[in-house]
Amino acid sequence: MAQATRKQTLIQVANYPLDWLEERSGLVGGVKYFLFRKVPRDIGWWHTLGSASLTAFLVQLATGVILAMYYKPDPNSAYESINKITNDVTLGWLVRGMHRWGASVFIILMFLHLGRVFLFGAYKYPRELNWIVGVLILATGMFEGFTGYLLPWDQTAYWASVVGININGTAPFLGPFLAQFLRGGSEIGPDTLSRFYSLHMLLIPGALIALIGLHLYLVVRLGVSTNPWTPDPEDEPTVDGNGRRGLTRPVARGAVRK
Amino acid sequence: MEPNRHDEPHVPGPSLWPIGFAIGVACVLVGLIVSWPAVAVGAAIAVVSAFLWIRDASRGVETEVVHEPERRSAVAGGPAPPATAGEAAMPVMADEEVDRYGRNVFLSATTLGLGAVIGGIVTVPVVGFMVAPAFINQHEEHSQDVNLGPISNFPEGQFMIATFLRDPAQGEVTRRTAYIRNNGITNDVPSFTILSNRCAHLGCPVQPNGPVDDKAEKKFSTTKGEEVRLIPVSPAGFGCPCHGGQYDTEGTRTAGPPVRSLDRYEFAIVHGNLILLNTFSVTKVEGTGASAKIHAYDLKGPGEHADGLERFLYPVDPPH
Repeated sequence: MAQATRKQTLIQVANYPLDWLEERSGLVGGVKYFLFRKVPRDIGWWHTLGSASLTAFLVQLATGVILAMYYKPDPNSAYESINKITNDVTLGWLVRGMHRWGASVFIILMFLHLGRVFLFGAYKYPRELNWIVGVLILATGMFEGFTGYLLPWDQTAYWASVVGININGTAPFLGPFLAQFLRGGSEIGPDTLSRFYSLHMLLIPGALIALIGLHLYLVVRLGVSTNPWTPDPEDEPTVDGNGRRGLTRPVARGAVRK
Repeated sequence: MEPNRHDEPHVPGPSLWPIGFAIGVACVLVGLIVSWPAVAVGAAIAVVSAFLWIRDASRGVETEVVHEPERRSAVAGGPAPPATAGEAAMPVMADEEVDRYGRNVFLSATTLGLGAVIGGIVTVPVVGFMVAPAFINQHEEHSQDVNLGPISNFPEGQFMIATFLRDPAQGEVTRRTAYIRNNGITNDVPSFTILSNRCAHLGCPVQPNGPVDDKAEKKFSTTKGEEVRLIPVSPAGFGCPCHGGQYDTEGTRTAGPPVRSLDRYEFAIVHGNLILLNTFSVTKVEGTGASAKIHAYDLKGPGEHADGLERFLYPVDPPH
């Protein structure tokens, strides 16, 4: 009896910080709600592509912050600083490699995720808005790739950016203005490099974080859709018993359930 | 009881016309590059499909409206309340309350309005700081004159690859290349063909198609101390490594995606030295060498048409 009481006391003491936090913020409950929310029982590996993309993005964030500690966004020293990161700084080759190849991994995973959502019909009612937000994330991510490509400041980077900016410039009417804005002038120069650096590490990542937050909010709010080959949920128990069954699977038009 | 509408999809009726609309838009975009009739056809397809799409979508909305009365009658299964009951049940709104409501609206509107004004005061200069410098004072730094040394450096009829700094203050990033041919003297006036190496497609560096005589390279510094390099070359034409645009020795497009000829430099001869001035765009060149008739236009960006109907796609050029 006394032992049990002591055990309870110990558990209470161990839990005290969490309880303190929960009572004042509700954060513990919130995190639990996010992590342990109900999902359809038969979803599988295909549904992990979204969180895989998120992981790739987090890797880009972390490695990018570290690279920014050594990189110098100045035309006279940018190429040298990249050389230094790759060859001199301890483990610099690894972090730069992770950032460089991770960028491609991020984009590829987003495309696979997009393909999964499309082929599973998971973009249908009520998740159309989340599809739109996802497409915006893809476009923003590709803009991140475009601005990051200039930063090594070698011949490949320079000419790829010349062509990329001029492609923007050929858009009718506003194209030439857009190109000039991206260049920060009528020719590529020092302003272009620092401008791309600022866009690449401040503006676009901020936009991406905001969009990903909105994307996740909608995922949690709307629930995860089942596989298209799952039998009709009429014969299945509801997912959370709260009448939210209709939100876990796209509903065929006209098939109104009560 | 109000029907719980959150579990029912409110989607427009099914329609295949978005496919037609997408085909139309794609046709317009392809047509902008390939041919004007295709633009017209694409626009027609897009407009018709959009109209039919909207019609389909609005038809779906109409059917939902038709369903409304049925649901209501099902809900009101019991005896209907007297017609006046609804109004009588409404609380009579005192004048004071109406006033307070008005003040609420006023206060929230003022708060929002003030917030918008403050936001504008903060945002407009910042955005201006971001955007404006790209468009202001662009002309001066671009029109730097470049001294390429005495014209005896340029043998008659021989193309030379000249590389030089357009703006020494900005450094290597402004290094430019021009292909220069001395056309000799006609009627006591010296003539030069000076082609920019910026491709008229997307701005890659155009390369000479022919042997480059590296051993005869000439390096010297101008009076301002900038390094200039001259290399003789015997090109049959010029080609772009990026997307395969081809030009003849007058800079006229012979194949590939470029939309006009290679840009050219204006030049002057001062104290026997060849001076490069502004660049200008060229749509086509008739004839060759000193007798060439050059269709010249103000400098355009790569990929921008300077003549034909397509020039209306770029009515205003940013200052450069």
